[in-house]
Amino acid sequence: MEAVVVKNLVKTYGKEKTVAVDDVSFSVSRGELFGLIGPDGAGKTSIFRMLTTLLLPDGGSASVDGHDIVKDFRQIRSSVGYMPGKFSLYQDLTIEENLHFFATVFGTTIEENYHLIKDIYVQIEPFKNRRAGKLSGGMKQKLALCCALIHKPTTLFLDEPTTGVDPVSRKEFWEMLARLKEQNITILVSTPYMDEASLCDRIALIQGGKILSIDTPQNIINAYPDRLLAIKANEMYRLLKVLEGHPDILNSYAFGEYAHATFRDADTHALQAYLREHGLTDVEVKDAEVTIEDSFIKLLH
Amino acid sequence: MRTLRFLLRKEFRQIFRDKAIVAMIFFMPMVQLILMPLAADYEVRNINLSVVDHDKSPYSRKLISKIVASGYFRLTGYNASFKEAFGLIESDKADLILEIPHDFEKRLIREDEEKLFIAVNAINGTKASLGGSYLGSIIGDFNADIRMQLVTPPRFSQFPVIDVVGSNWFNPVLNYKVFIVPGILAILVTMVGGFLSALNIVREKEIGTIEQINVTPIKKHIFILGKLIPFWVLANIVFTIGLLVARFVYGIVPVGSLLTLYAFISVYLLAVLGFGLLVSTFCDTQQQAMFIMFFFMMLFILLGGLFTSIDSMPDWAKMITRVNPVRYMIEVMRMVMLKGSSFADVLPHVGIVSLMAAVLNGWAILNYKKTN
Repeated sequence: MEAVVVKNLVKTYGKEKTVAVDDVSFSVSRGELFGLIGPDGAGKTSIFRMLTTLLLPDGGSASVDGHDIVKDFRQIRSSVGYMPGKFSLYQDLTIEENLHFFATVFGTTIEENYHLIKDIYVQIEPFKNRRAGKLSGGMKQKLALCCALIHKPTTLFLDEPTTGVDPVSRKEFWEMLARLKEQNITILVSTPYMDEASLCDRIALIQGGKILSIDTPQNIINAYPDRLLAIKANEMYRLLKVLEGHPDILNSYAFGEYAHATFRDADTHALQAYLREHGLTDVEVKDAEVTIEDSFIKLLH
Repeated sequence: MRTLRFLLRKEFRQIFRDKAIVAMIFFMPMVQLILMPLAADYEVRNINLSVVDHDKSPYSRKLISKIVASGYFRLTGYNASFKEAFGLIESDKADLILEIPHDFEKRLIREDEEKLFIAVNAINGTKASLGGSYLGSIIGDFNADIRMQLVTPPRFSQFPVIDVVGSNWFNPVLNYKVFIVPGILAILVTMVGGFLSALNIVREKEIGTIEQINVTPIKKHIFILGKLIPFWVLANIVFTIGLLVARFVYGIVPVGSLLTLYAFISVYLLAVLGFGLLVSTFCDTQQQAMFIMFFFMMLFILLGGLFTSIDSMPDWAKMITRVNPVRYMIEVMRMVMLKGSSFADVLPHVGIVSLMAAVLNGWAILNYKKTN
């Protein structure tokens, strides 16, 4: 059964009708971990706010657990969990008070659903009498996740949960999501980090309010059409300049210590010779492993 | 109900955790109530007077000492010419010039008539008009004294004289503090309630916590009630503190029943808080809310009848005061505290303010949108 169905959703802002979400359609199955991957301003937050009934769509329709986001907003509000990108719990209340408060407004108690948050809560429990405003970024995220989970939501919306969180906490966070998935909770997560995409069951690559591609991370990588080369030389900036000047170049960009590039006719030997001709030394050319980021860049072009 | 109880517990916790807010709520009104009535004095004293005495006779000296002895005037200049005295007005050292002509005494006795000249600096309107009239009545008094001395009054006065003797009810010695303290208390309660409620929802918007609340199944009216009740309680506490200050600092004991006062203030606060909440549903930042509240508070206070009488306002301004809750509050405070009016007497006020409370709160609930 589909937990979230989005059909031709449109959202525009302001008098100029700036399109934030442009005819977006996708669906998410129950118990799936679905990722919206895209840069800042791609429309991820707008989609989440519409699905959590905070924003009215300007066109199209969507449903969460079979409830329409406009007509049945009441049912949706009591059955989904939402964690906004900006930390929005009460900074002047303690961890315990925040959790208690959100349990109560959803008409439940901490004890009733403690099993859901236990794994996460034990990590912040030593600080339960500390005010939320005084917590570190990672702890805030954990608390926010606890508060979003305390009423045993069927669907969880996490808007950029790992933005501004250190790499270790990010990893922990995704491990927690994997465990939640086992509880058959549908999770929609948005992130600007491409490396997190591979941790989702399926992802939608989104840019400028439009969905570029929806598939499993592996299928998206497999669908990469060209041979991708990783190239290294003594000078990165010169290397990129020289690559751009190559007659057969399709696309080239810096990727860590290498430059990634695709060519109409990828002949590694000829390429090495070409680079040396242009005064580059220590040239290394090899086949690169395609990542989501490469696919995303490809789709943008 | 359980949700509401929790909302309230949360609000109170947040309020009492914010030390600055607690200080603002309890300390500021007390200080203001103790300082403001002492400073905001209606009586004009210390009027700077410059005298140009061309006569220098015993009579003229007597007149001058009588004026200074009244306590309203301060002799800041004793000049030889009007021109010189006018310099004092120009440099703001004198508010009034009294010019006593040559042969003042002689003519007053021989011809039974003499003219004095008073020049008034009318830049400060109140000081000028009050100073002028004080001086006028002192001179009148002086005149009567002289007549008593000079002519043995006949058994019956030759001229019909109407002598007016007034008696001040409810405030026998015209103590302005009795008049102004209840008014200032009314304004303080209004400000505390209005500003706190206006800033609160906006604050949740600014911090973003309202997002999290909006995705919960909390009903709008429960949420608004959760905001209303804490401030209602706080404003009542401020009011009680104010009454105690009035009692023990100024010795003002309400003549009417306290029950009537609290009954009215209960309804009145609902209107004020409703107004604050309404403003906060329209604003996105605390700055906006602050400015809007400030605008309305100024209007409410200046058109509330505390500093200037409503009866002397032009008709259009009178119309505005009808929708000004502060006006009703000040009226009721004075009626009950000074005159001892009963609940039946203030019933029309209660009715109007209830209507305001219903409209403002209803509007606030309608305008509070959980979805944009």
